[in-house]
Amino acid sequence: MIYKAEDYMIGETAWCPGCGNFAIREALAGALFDLELPPHKILLLSGIGQAAKIPHYLRVNGFNGLHGRALPPAVGARVANKDLKVIVESGDGDSYGEGGNHFIHNIRRNPDIAHFVHDNQVYGLTKGQASPTSEPGMKTGVQVEGVTAPPLNPLSLALVMGAGFVARCFSGEKEHLRETMKEAINFPGYALIDILQPCVSFNKVNTYGWYKKRVFFPDIENPRDWAAAMECSRQWGDNIPLGVFYNSPRPTFESHRSALDDEPLSMKPFDPQQVTSLQNDFL
Amino acid sequence: MEVNILVGGAAGQGMETIMNLLGKALVREGCELIYTKDYMSRVRGGHNFSCLRITSDTPWTTVESIDIMVALNEETYFLHQDNLVFSGRVIFDPNLFSLPEKENRGVPVELQKLAEEAGGKVMANTVAVGALLVLMGLQTSTVEILLKDIFADKEGVADKNIAALKAGFEAAAQFCSTCFDLPPRNKDAKKLFIDGSQVLGMAALASGCRFLSAYPMTPSTGIMNYLAGKSKNYPVVVEQAEDEIAAINMAIGASYAGVRALTCTSGGGFSLMVEGVSLAGMTETPLVIVIAMRPGPATGLPTRTEQADLEFVIHSGHGEFPRAVLSATSHEDAFYRLNKAFELADRYQTPVFFLSDQNFADTHRSVEPFDFGRMKYNRFIAEENGYEKPYKRYRITESGISPRALPGQFENEVVLVDSDEHDENGNIIEDASTRRSMVEKRMRKLKALAEEMDEPDLYGDPNPELLLIGWGSTYGVLREVVDMLAILETKTAMLHFSDIWPLPQKRLKKLFPGVKRSYCIENNACGQLSALIRRETGLSIDSLILKYDGRPFMPHEIVEEVKNDL
Repeated sequence: MIYKAEDYMIGETAWCPGCGNFAIREALAGALFDLELPPHKILLLSGIGQAAKIPHYLRVNGFNGLHGRALPPAVGARVANKDLKVIVESGDGDSYGEGGNHFIHNIRRNPDIAHFVHDNQVYGLTKGQASPTSEPGMKTGVQVEGVTAPPLNPLSLALVMGAGFVARCFSGEKEHLRETMKEAINFPGYALIDILQPCVSFNKVNTYGWYKKRVFFPDIENPRDWAAAMECSRQWGDNIPLGVFYNSPRPTFESHRSALDDEPLSMKPFDPQQVTSLQNDFL
Repeated sequence: MEVNILVGGAAGQGMETIMNLLGKALVREGCELIYTKDYMSRVRGGHNFSCLRITSDTPWTTVESIDIMVALNEETYFLHQDNLVFSGRVIFDPNLFSLPEKENRGVPVELQKLAEEAGGKVMANTVAVGALLVLMGLQTSTVEILLKDIFADKEGVADKNIAALKAGFEAAAQFCSTCFDLPPRNKDAKKLFIDGSQVLGMAALASGCRFLSAYPMTPSTGIMNYLAGKSKNYPVVVEQAEDEIAAINMAIGASYAGVRALTCTSGGGFSLMVEGVSLAGMTETPLVIVIAMRPGPATGLPTRTEQADLEFVIHSGHGEFPRAVLSATSHEDAFYRLNKAFELADRYQTPVFFLSDQNFADTHRSVEPFDFGRMKYNRFIAEENGYEKPYKRYRITESGISPRALPGQFENEVVLVDSDEHDENGNIIEDASTRRSMVEKRMRKLKALAEEMDEPDLYGDPNPELLLIGWGSTYGVLREVVDMLAILETKTAMLHFSDIWPLPQKRLKKLFPGVKRSYCIENNACGQLSALIRRETGLSIDSLILKYDGRPFMPHEIVEEVKNDL
């Protein structure tokens, strides 16, 4: 069966008009179409939040789990069926706040998962509180004196933890996002794209225009140059670089597990009688 | 006729090495035995001890009385001397300490010196095993074979250990040869020497479990160790998660994508997991969770035993959804019951709990080999042409069970699961009528699930007037209590629950009218099973015998309480 780009799109969304999520969804549908991945071979996992509703709006296998917990079930799914293309998509609060521990440790673990974070620097679904990536000084109903903690830098953190694929995109640069998503999905190992995105309802600081004035595409000569990638990841303010800052595969989680060498575990037949010799250890 | 051995010392002195070697050798020699551990939450120092009891019939518990004590330090002797029988013996190293002058039961064996002579101080434990063997009138040959197996890959190590073993044997023989007669033995019995954690690990593998994700936590870690040890040669992946939240969510993801998955933990770790329990309930994902209980609250007593998480587990996770809670009477029962947990989880697409505890997890027993032919592997997954098209993960059915397909299983069909309330497709909804029908669909599964619960095991008089009720790891001690109370004129029995939730009620309701006095015996402070029975059946248990000091019951403690009431 041949799929068209629109075959991946379904459903009325619950997003606000003008939300960056629409462009991200279209970019992903386009990337899946370009890669000729049939819907039943793709698994899209998410946590909770506005971005995390995306499994409902794309026609692929979906696991809309708990807030902050999108990565762990993705690892489990890779163990069960390594034939699935596994993508995790969630917001900045979900991925970097509630799910921070899983973010750190899955970079170390390096499962073959593409992680797309809708980073709008604010909590949308709970109506406008600060997120881990909010700008210092941003005032909200909870951060009434303005955000005081410095923002978490997901790309620097990922690089320090040894991530093999680290990229920044902007929902306003849809074609670039689509191409980068394809690279991330095909990357063997954990691949992070931090996707900058305006929140039209709650983030009055980092607006579409704010980003548009600042984003640019630097020349990345060598995507294996970690120090250069680190420098890109730290650049913020008047000029915000976009692109694949780092691309350097290392052995995956799956490659270290001998049980995952051949056919997917979920396809392996089993008969308890095959393993009776287990008791010999105790004789 | 029985022999009771106690080996005590500081953490790090290697009691476990002695007991594992001795226990396995004794079982090979045809002994029926049980071996329990009492240890502190520390790596070095403190006071740890292990007890090993050999009887002619199945021993169900260890007892306080000691025939042979191996005192690896002086403290062990002073702490346990009151329990040493008149004709007992104490193996000790005279170069480390001396026994009081009036103590004439000492068997001085220079454990460290003999070990050094054989090749290294580290083998002092092997010297002690040699001494123990001669006291029981056994030869060293069985242990020699075991040592050769254990150290097959390390050249020369087995030979050195055998030298140490023989040195201990000969040294002790000078003081006491065959001081203790072993009960009659059946050398052809071919029994297993295995602890509770190993039983559960092996049962998981024999149930087709392909994934364990867990965070190490005493006393559940033994299951992790067992399965990890098998992961090179069997199709199972063991992943040490970054925390228990990750552990349960990983297992849910693996189960959703098609394999039998397990997580194991203890109370504190389980506290972190409960949101995941609720997710499994809502997404209707099969999941087996083993909880090896230890005393709480909070960190509690990490290496000790308790049965205080029953109510917590039955009510764990926010919202309402069906679940089953199982435990086991014995090692034999646990093997098949964990298999049942996997079967129920797959059939009813819901979380199933297995309650173990430190007492069960760390206790070794000699048991008959398991019958793998009794293990089941039914995945209850939709077959091609066996489901209504298009595929809907949460299709409303009479039983409440929707056909379960796996992601990627069928061409052009997708499987969507959601922690939000959802429609038949798995898409988020908020309307009242879909919500109602989904709650009702999920809860309908409970009816058939309740029918799957095994009635509690009755041991003793079939029409008891005195009834002892328990659950889980207290089975062994209650059996011994019932046997000890057989001298009474009162008709006595025990009723022991393995499957606890949904509570099986038939046998209890049938027996209760004839019962004049009922007891619930539990390792907790509130009598949680007793409260559950009352809530579910309206039946009121007369008395509670509770123990919450972190130690398992001893038979005489229960017998005394019951006799005091008569």
